[in-house]
Amino acid sequence: MQVDEATVRRIARLARIRITDEEATSLQGELSGILDWVTQLDEVQTDGVEPMTRVIPMTLKKRADVVTDGDKADDIVKNAPASEDHFFVVPKVIE
Amino acid sequence: MQTKANGKVSNLVKGETGDWEIVVGMEVHAQVNSKAKLFSGASTAFGAEPNSHVSLVDAAMPGMLPVINEECIAQAVRTGLGLKAQINLKSVFDRKNYFYPDLPQGYQISQYKQPIVGEGEILIEVDGESMTVGIERLHLEQDAGKSIHDQSPDSSYVDLNRSGVALMEIVSKPDMRSAKQAQAYVSKLRTILRYLDTCDGDMEKGNLRADVNVSVRKPGAPLGTRCEIKNVNSIRFIGQAIEVEARRQIGIIEDGGTIDQETRLFDAARGVTRSMRSKEEAHDYRYFPDPDLLPLEMTQDYVDAFKAKLPELPDEKLARFTKVFGLSPYDAAVLVAEKEAANYFEQVAKGRDGKLAANWVNNELFGRLNKEGLDIEHSPMTAAQLGGIVDLIASGTISGKIAKDLFEIVWAEGGDPAEIVETRGMKQVTDTGAIETAVDAIIAANPDKVAQVQAKPSMIGWFVGQVMKQSGGKANPQAVNDALKKKLGV
Repeated sequence: MQVDEATVRRIARLARIRITDEEATSLQGELSGILDWVTQLDEVQTDGVEPMTRVIPMTLKKRADVVTDGDKADDIVKNAPASEDHFFVVPKVIE
Repeated sequence: MQTKANGKVSNLVKGETGDWEIVVGMEVHAQVNSKAKLFSGASTAFGAEPNSHVSLVDAAMPGMLPVINEECIAQAVRTGLGLKAQINLKSVFDRKNYFYPDLPQGYQISQYKQPIVGEGEILIEVDGESMTVGIERLHLEQDAGKSIHDQSPDSSYVDLNRSGVALMEIVSKPDMRSAKQAQAYVSKLRTILRYLDTCDGDMEKGNLRADVNVSVRKPGAPLGTRCEIKNVNSIRFIGQAIEVEARRQIGIIEDGGTIDQETRLFDAARGVTRSMRSKEEAHDYRYFPDPDLLPLEMTQDYVDAFKAKLPELPDEKLARFTKVFGLSPYDAAVLVAEKEAANYFEQVAKGRDGKLAANWVNNELFGRLNKEGLDIEHSPMTAAQLGGIVDLIASGTISGKIAKDLFEIVWAEGGDPAEIVETRGMKQVTDTGAIETAVDAIIAANPDKVAQVQAKPSMIGWFVGQVMKQSGGKANPQAVNDALKKKLGV
């Protein structure tokens, strides 16, 4: 499967990864190679097979509706590059 | 934007090239009533200090895993049942990927191909006509945090208190054909959610908000290209947004242009919608099943248990009010719009004349509450007090006019209506002797009017007024009328 340069740039933009022209070219080859490798899975006949979501029988774990967490604003903003009055401060984003 | 043709309301909009039909579909985001968030144990309470209702899961710290809140599942099931919808015993959580500073995970956990609730319907009434609006689906998802842009000229402030709070996204079919229908749909949906107690429906706090999809077409033509108006947060604005957006689209098409499918914002201050083009690029959400969460599976018994405990819903209540209390569909509809109002009415009506009770609740009480900007839960007059007033009217102890005075006294001062009537001498005079004496006095003092009333019997109203005035409104109007007719011979 051949990935073109426009697709590489689009994927990079969606992932918010800045790439140079050289990288865009080399990533074309790399991504195409990965996709070719994964495409081998298409050879397996999976019609009528449910996607496997667990290897042992288990069900979705659930929690009671009880407040057990929070009140740790200091911790929450601790790693933030910038914060003020417990708000995260980020470069202006406005529509 | 409505015209009447042949007595039937038409929703078509006049353009330069003829009539146009508006097509509306809605996505309503309703915050689930729960104490804790969808996938964490942090509180959902409104108005807390910034980032104080945030767990490490909500802040998307590495290694944190979501664990679903069972009450949020229950609320979605209840809501689905209230919308007469298909409940899917197996549903799947997916990641919807996009970047925004108030979305720390870089994705929203939502449901894409397999939602918890499938097709259902809502009955609405517009201009006296009922219609059904189809529900396409309902799914559970996380809310994002909140960005504040006005604290600093070059920064935005992010508060994650709302991040991870459970939302139900309720998607309608494109079944609505006017702004009025769309407004009726949201009002009815809000009423149902409030009856079910699955969402408080508070639009001011953003706990219920609508994305409105609008397109236009010539009647009978295939669907036109739609625009989505994001986050409209009041029922009034929903109506305005649809009208101006439809006008905009008709204008473009009639000028030979085409509609771009895009996301727009309604600017209430200027009364226009405007494009949010910056969002377009991000529309590739690359959904995939969330590997942190197993499929959500339920048994039919689990669903049936909620079905058995479902409260009486507005349509059923309306039917009962018209049948049991003999109310008009209009009066019943006004009463059932808010669960609290319906409960209040039932207390007033219990063991009394339902129509009389409905009149006093709908006209006097609601009128007064509106004037004071109060809701029914903050009414200074209890249902027992209003019921007491209704009793006094029904027994003929006070006249309708005195009842209004009594209403004012109880509203302002409180107290037991029967006691107030007793101590302040407000009882209606039905003593025919006293009434006849008053009637005789008025007749004797106004010979000219007596002459007039012989020629024009409707003049009797003037005499009634005089007698009532003299009695301070306490005379029984019927008794006064009877006595006057007898004495005047009309």
